[in-house]
Amino acid sequence: MNIHQQIAGNKRKTYVIMALFVLFITTIAYVFGEASGYGLAYGVIALIFSGLTSFGSYFYSDKMVLSLSNAQPANRDRDYDFYTAAENMRIASGLPMPKLYVIEDEAINAFATGRNPEHAVVVATRGLLSRLDRSDIEGVVAHEMSHIKNYDTRLMVIVSILVGSVALIAHFFMRSMFWGRGNRDKGGSGAFMIVLAIVFAVVAPIIATLIQLAISRRREYLADASAANLTRNPEGLASALEKISADNSVLSTASPATAHLFISNPFRAKEAKSWFTNFFATHPPIEERIKILRGM
Amino acid sequence: MNNTALILLVAGVVIAGFIWNLYNGLVTARERIKEAWSGIDVQLKRRADLIPNLVETVKGYAKHEKEVFENVTKARSAIMGASTPKQAADADNMLTGALKSLFAVAENYPKLMANTSFQNLQRQLEDTEDKVAFARQFYNSNVLDFNTQIKVFPNVLLAGMFGFSAVEFFEATETEKGNVKVKF
Repeated sequence: MNIHQQIAGNKRKTYVIMALFVLFITTIAYVFGEASGYGLAYGVIALIFSGLTSFGSYFYSDKMVLSLSNAQPANRDRDYDFYTAAENMRIASGLPMPKLYVIEDEAINAFATGRNPEHAVVVATRGLLSRLDRSDIEGVVAHEMSHIKNYDTRLMVIVSILVGSVALIAHFFMRSMFWGRGNRDKGGSGAFMIVLAIVFAVVAPIIATLIQLAISRRREYLADASAANLTRNPEGLASALEKISADNSVLSTASPATAHLFISNPFRAKEAKSWFTNFFATHPPIEERIKILRGM
Repeated sequence: MNNTALILLVAGVVIAGFIWNLYNGLVTARERIKEAWSGIDVQLKRRADLIPNLVETVKGYAKHEKEVFENVTKARSAIMGASTPKQAADADNMLTGALKSLFAVAENYPKLMANTSFQNLQRQLEDTEDKVAFARQFYNSNVLDFNTQIKVFPNVLLAGMFGFSAVEFFEATETEKGNVKVKF
């Protein structure tokens, strides 16, 4: 597949996953509503709740992540390759210049955040800047700026609001069952709904998280393909990923909350290869990404 | 009677909406090309601005290479005087060639090669060359979008009427084309 087909295919798959997700949430909100007798109020309350808690992380994502990960502004002279690569990618993509930051850490990693291109931030570790050569850095910066261009921060915030509301709905429901508020005297179909709802309450948050992770992985592939389209040099990013996967140091300032932002999982040292663990990964396996990049 | 009138009205509104949409879309695409062009222009000027300094620095070590200096200076003024993308592209290609022979000549002067301001200028020139290349890529992809839009059916029927015509690409030199690593 060439780059343009890759980009189109990844976008299409994101739409499909998002549509399935909305369908899924509507279904469980309906089942819980029926089972408890509160109707759709459940879903609405959960969405509002989850939305409010995610609002801050959406609007201040740039500042929050920066203060969490202990990053310092980049300097054009000292971080020449990083800075000029970002300038070049800005020109190639037509985006505004993102703010650039460096984390003083020897692990090789990078991430981007910000709710829109005007508030975008690209962060790289010192290890990445000193151990990768220029075309590798350019590939990484292009990958990060592609996340910005594709509005991935916004998408992932929306997705996490949805995931959060699924967890809340399930939680509300279990509470109301516990306190015996549901109308259990409905008989026949009512009892069936309650059993179904209990099963959903247990399974739904897990499924929601799996969908979130699937979207996250899809966006990684998309950013890889868009990066190749910007640099016209997929080999740069492929070789950067190779060096990243060979590096085993763990980024000390990363936390599970910020893990999905990075170009590769910051805790990846013990990355397993079975399909089951891949299911729970924020990122696709690096070998697979390199293979696709080299095939472009 | 009433029904036919209604159908005609709806059809008229749909067609007018389509034309409105098409016209505004094409105007936007053409403005984007202009903006992308100014992106190239900025980098070309920046590159040209580095030339006098470079020539002075090299002259300090290699006075006799008059022809090389003349070519570089000539290419520089061609860039400054270019008014169309085609002229600018030609001038830029000329400058690339002239700089190549200047740097080839510089190889013969070890003291010049060791000069930090020369090294700095060389680095800045490399940087602007990269930027020209990426600005050109962005410009050309905008031109491609626009040219495709005015050539597909049914846009092709109306684009000419509104005075939209295909825009020229900013062409790279043969040697630069040889460096492209990816096939599409």
